[in-house]
Amino acid sequence: MGRSAYLKIFLFLLPAILFTVIFFITPAVMTTIMGFTNMDYRFQWNFVGLYNYFKMLIDPLAPKIILTNFVYTFGTLLIFNVTFGLILAILTTSIREKNGIFFRTIWLLPRFTPPVVYGVIWLWILSPMKEGLLNSFLRYDYMPWISKFPWQVIIITNGIIGASMGMVIFASAIKSISKDYLWAARVDGATWLQEIGYIVLPMIRWPLAFITAYQTLSLLTSYEYILLITEGGPYFKSTVWSLYSYKVAFSSYAGTYEFGYGAALATILVIVGIIASIFYWRIFKFKEMMEEPKIEIV
Amino acid sequence: MFKKSNNKIIKNRSGGKINLREVGIIIFLTIISIGIVMGYLWLFAGSFSGELVYGIVPKNFSLKNWRFLWENPFPENPDWPNIWPILFNTLYLGSGVTLIVVTVSTLGGYVISRMKFPGRSFLLASTLVLHAFPAITLLIALYYILKTLNLLDTITGVVLAKAGFFTPFGIWVMKGFFDGISWDMEMSALIDGATRFQAWHKVMLPIVKPGIAAISIFSFLMGWSEYIFVITFNRSYSSWTLTSYISAIVSDYRFSDYGLLAAVSLFYMIPVILFFIFTQKYLMEITLGGIKGGR
Repeated sequence: MGRSAYLKIFLFLLPAILFTVIFFITPAVMTTIMGFTNMDYRFQWNFVGLYNYFKMLIDPLAPKIILTNFVYTFGTLLIFNVTFGLILAILTTSIREKNGIFFRTIWLLPRFTPPVVYGVIWLWILSPMKEGLLNSFLRYDYMPWISKFPWQVIIITNGIIGASMGMVIFASAIKSISKDYLWAARVDGATWLQEIGYIVLPMIRWPLAFITAYQTLSLLTSYEYILLITEGGPYFKSTVWSLYSYKVAFSSYAGTYEFGYGAALATILVIVGIIASIFYWRIFKFKEMMEEPKIEIV
Repeated sequence: MFKKSNNKIIKNRSGGKINLREVGIIIFLTIISIGIVMGYLWLFAGSFSGELVYGIVPKNFSLKNWRFLWENPFPENPDWPNIWPILFNTLYLGSGVTLIVVTVSTLGGYVISRMKFPGRSFLLASTLVLHAFPAITLLIALYYILKTLNLLDTITGVVLAKAGFFTPFGIWVMKGFFDGISWDMEMSALIDGATRFQAWHKVMLPIVKPGIAAISIFSFLMGWSEYIFVITFNRSYSSWTLTSYISAIVSDYRFSDYGLLAAVSLFYMIPVILFFIFTQKYLMEITLGGIKGGR
C-alpha cells in the first residue's frame, strides 16, 4: 500500500483518534502524572514523588476498602453477572420466544433507566421509614436496611443491572446454536438438563469468557450506583476503591479537594485493571477473535 | 416405535402447545422479576396519587406531584430552578453525544473492520484496554481539562467528555456491524470503480443503518441519563440536567416527598419508556453488536 492509502485510512480514523486522544488518553496520562503531585482545589503542580503512594500504604481505610472491593466485584460477578445472567438466558430461551422476550425486556429496563432514577427506586424500597416498600410489607416501623446490610445492598443493586448484559449475550449465543445438535441430542433421548450441560454450555463458552472478563473490569471500577444508594456508607463500610478515590477528590469530606491523592488512588485501579486485562487476554485467548481482514484493496 | 416416541418429544419442546415445563419456567421467571416490576409500578402509583397504602397501592388520584411542571414545587426555596431549561439541557446532552459518537464511530469502525494497516490489532486491543480505565481515572483530569478549556459547568463540556469516553465502545460496536457485511458486496462496488469512500458511503452505510440506529438510541440514552459527569462538573442551576434536579431533591429533602420524586423520575423515564416500546430491537442489537466481531 502506498502513502496515499495510509493517508486515507488516517483521515477516516482522524475524528476517532482526535476524540479519544483529547478526552480519553490525555486525561488517563494526566491522572497518572497528577498522582505524583499534591494538587488540591488550587490546581498547582507540586511534585511530591511517591508521597501519595506511601500515604496509601499507611491509610487505615485502605485494607477495609480493598476487602469491600473484592467482595463486591467477585460477589456481584459470580452471583449475578455470570450465574444469574446465564440462568435468565437459559430459561428465557427455553420457553416460547414471545414470552422469553417479555422477560428479557423487564430485566433490561434497569440497565437503561437513568442511574439517578434507579437510585430513587431503591432508596424507596430500602427506606428506613415505614413508607418504604420492604418496611410496609414486613410492617416494620423502622429498619435501616442500607446501614444494616451495606454489602448485600451494593451487590444486589448492581447485580440486577449486571445480570442483564450476560442474559442478552448468552441468550443470543444460545439462539444461534444450530438446532441440529439439539435435535440430535433429543433423538438420543437427552433430557433438558443434559442438553444444557452437554451442548448449550460448551457451545457458549466464548461468550461466557467474554462476559467474565468484561464484567470483572466493569465491576472493579464502577461506583455510581453505590454512590447513589449507600453513598459508600455507613461510614466507609460499602466504599469501594474507585468510590474512595472519587470521595477524596471531589466530595471534600476532609475539607479540601485532594486531587493528587485521588489521582494516585485511581492509578492503582488502572494498574489492577491492566493486569486483569492481560490475565484474561491470555487465559481466554481473545486474540483469536481479532481476525485479519480477508482482502485488501484501497 | 423408537422414532415415533421421540418425534412427540421434539414437537412438544419446540412449542407446539404449552407444556408443564414452560408453565413452571414462566412462574419462576415471574417470581424473580416481580421486584423489578414493583419498582417501576411505584413510579406510576406514587406520582399520580397523594397517598400510598402498603407502600405501593394508590389511595386516590392527584396531579399534585406533577406540580413541578407548572410551578416551583418548593415555595420555601424561591431560587429553585424551573424545569424547562433543565429539560432542554438534558435533551442537548443526549443529542450532542449522539451526533459525535455516531459520526466518529461509523468512520472509525469501518476502517478497523475492513482495512489492513500496521497498528490495527493494537487499536483493537486498545479499545478493550481503554475499558480498564475507569471513569474515575478520567474524572479528575477531565475536571482539569474542562477547567482549562473554560468548559467546566457547561453542558457542552459534558457532551465532549461523555462522547470521548464513549467513542472506543462505539467503534467496537460499529466494527461488529461492518464485520457482518459480506465482502462480496464491497468488492463488487470497488471492482465497478468506486473509491473506498464511495463504497463506504453508498454501499456500506445503507446496510449498517440498523447499527447506526442502535448506536444512536444507545448514545442518546447514555447522554440523557448521565450521572457522574453531570453531578461532578455541573454545579450551577444553568448547567443542571434532570439528574441534578433529582439528586438535589434527594439530598435536600431526602425522605419528605416521595410523590414528587416519583413524578420527576417518571418524567425523566419518558424517553426510556418510549424507546423500550418502539425500538427495543435496536437496543438488543447494540449489546450484541459489541461482541459480534469475529466470534
